[in-house]
Amino acid sequence: MSATVAKLPPAFERRWWPRLAALALVVYIVYACGQMEISWQRIEVGLDNAHRFFSRLFPPNFTRWELLVKGLGESLQIAVLASVLGIFLALPLGLAASRNLMPPWLSWPARAIVVAARSFHPVIVAILFVKAVGFGALAGILALTVASIGFIGKLFTEAIEEISPKQVEAVRATGAPFFSMIAFGVLPQVFSRFIGFATYQLDSNLRNSTMVGIVGAGGIGGTLFAAFQRFDYDYVCAILISIISLIMVGELLAMAVRAIFIDNATLSNLFRRRGARIRESHVDDD
Amino acid sequence: MIEGPRRWKRFTFGQRLARFVVYLVIVAAIVVSLQTIEVIPEFLYDAPEQVADLFARMWPIDWEHYQGPVHEALLETIHIASLGTILALLLALPVGILAAHNLVPFTPINLLAKLILVSSRSVNSLVWALLFVGIFGPGALAGTLAIAFRSIGFVGKLFGEALEEAQPGPIEALSAAGAPWTSRMTYGFWPQVKPAFWSIALFRWDINVRESAVLGLVGAGGIGMVLDSALNLFQWDRVALILVAIVAVVVLAEIVVTQIRRHLI
Repeated sequence: MSATVAKLPPAFERRWWPRLAALALVVYIVYACGQMEISWQRIEVGLDNAHRFFSRLFPPNFTRWELLVKGLGESLQIAVLASVLGIFLALPLGLAASRNLMPPWLSWPARAIVVAARSFHPVIVAILFVKAVGFGALAGILALTVASIGFIGKLFTEAIEEISPKQVEAVRATGAPFFSMIAFGVLPQVFSRFIGFATYQLDSNLRNSTMVGIVGAGGIGGTLFAAFQRFDYDYVCAILISIISLIMVGELLAMAVRAIFIDNATLSNLFRRRGARIRESHVDDD
Repeated sequence: MIEGPRRWKRFTFGQRLARFVVYLVIVAAIVVSLQTIEVIPEFLYDAPEQVADLFARMWPIDWEHYQGPVHEALLETIHIASLGTILALLLALPVGILAAHNLVPFTPINLLAKLILVSSRSVNSLVWALLFVGIFGPGALAGTLAIAFRSIGFVGKLFGEALEEAQPGPIEALSAAGAPWTSRMTYGFWPQVKPAFWSIALFRWDINVRESAVLGLVGAGGIGMVLDSALNLFQWDRVALILVAIVAVVVLAEIVVTQIRRHLI
């Protein structure tokens, strides 16, 4: 029996290159760890510290809750205003950048603006705006507006470029002017996707608005970073808990908006079939 | 009942009410934010001068500074992103498997795994960096772990979904042949989720290159630390150099990812 089995060729061919790749990966990991001075010893020391760190983190200290609420409120304001401003600016830009509707002399500059808006992390953009308009919430709003233009502009352009031309031609055949063609031929086709990435962007702006404060652009991030630098860890813990709960509430609200506009839910079946038919949010990050 | 011309309504009353509530909340949020936001108008008036000043100080870009500190910091950023992604993939694989209901048909464990993934994603990478700087001290180790822990949620979620979408046919065939669990994984699931896995890994690496550039602002190593010290010393010509370097790396990473994706997937 075993003799006949041995004669069969292996069902799954063994290839050499996955092993070579795995070897290269191990070599790279060792090399990179050496370059960055990561060693087991440091990790051991760190794990020792971790115990002390976490014991100072807990219990969270909510005694200075006024400052906390003020910071969270400012983060919320930044997120709301940046999303609104960003979406309003991104819509015409995204429309202008779509190559199936617009001539190249318009679409290429619009694409360039959108790419430029995406090229930096929002926190780095915030640094530049802090220099331009000073410390405070305005810098945060402008930085996140730029981030929103980059994200919404790109996705809106892609959505418009994927629409079916039939409806657009039908509207055009009735002699409709350009703006009617956009309003009745193009926008209804991309509306549900627009809701998807607008809610996603609001969510993402909320996450980032709690962080831009690290560079002085307003919101809870400044309070968080200051508390961290003072080793005020129990207050840091309180801030982190508040930020995470704010973000989770924001995510739930975004899900509710998607359910209402994309799945045509009413307020009552929003609560009844919670989570059952919620669409996946757009897969991207921050 | 009088049979008049029937009016077609696209949405029921409840649906229209729900939409109206959303619009109302949005408008209320905008109005409240506009009324209560603290903006100092004096700062706004000299914004054009400040921007002009910014560009004047950024030019000429301090190219000489690239040799040495910036180059090393740039390499460190790439190492942080790559090692962080590798670590995240290793850590996310088991969590993703535990989250897939067709692999682990036990709901409490699925939910526990999903809780781990959600908590990883709802903490910003800068916050993860702060925590790890608190534990391991400033440096690239904290940055690598921050990137890894932030990525677990993303990779694990997408990988778990890819596993759940796998066709049951090949797996049933393998178990009918008496294949052990490891063979079912390597010959049943892995070939099906392999393209998804590699594209998730590449996608996340691309994001991580961008993210690791800012981690240094909180002391977690990489080019952000050089950026932070240049900013604190108002050396705007160096800041300009660092920004150019970051853009170059981000564009390079995107080119690498598209090339690999074209050849591999």
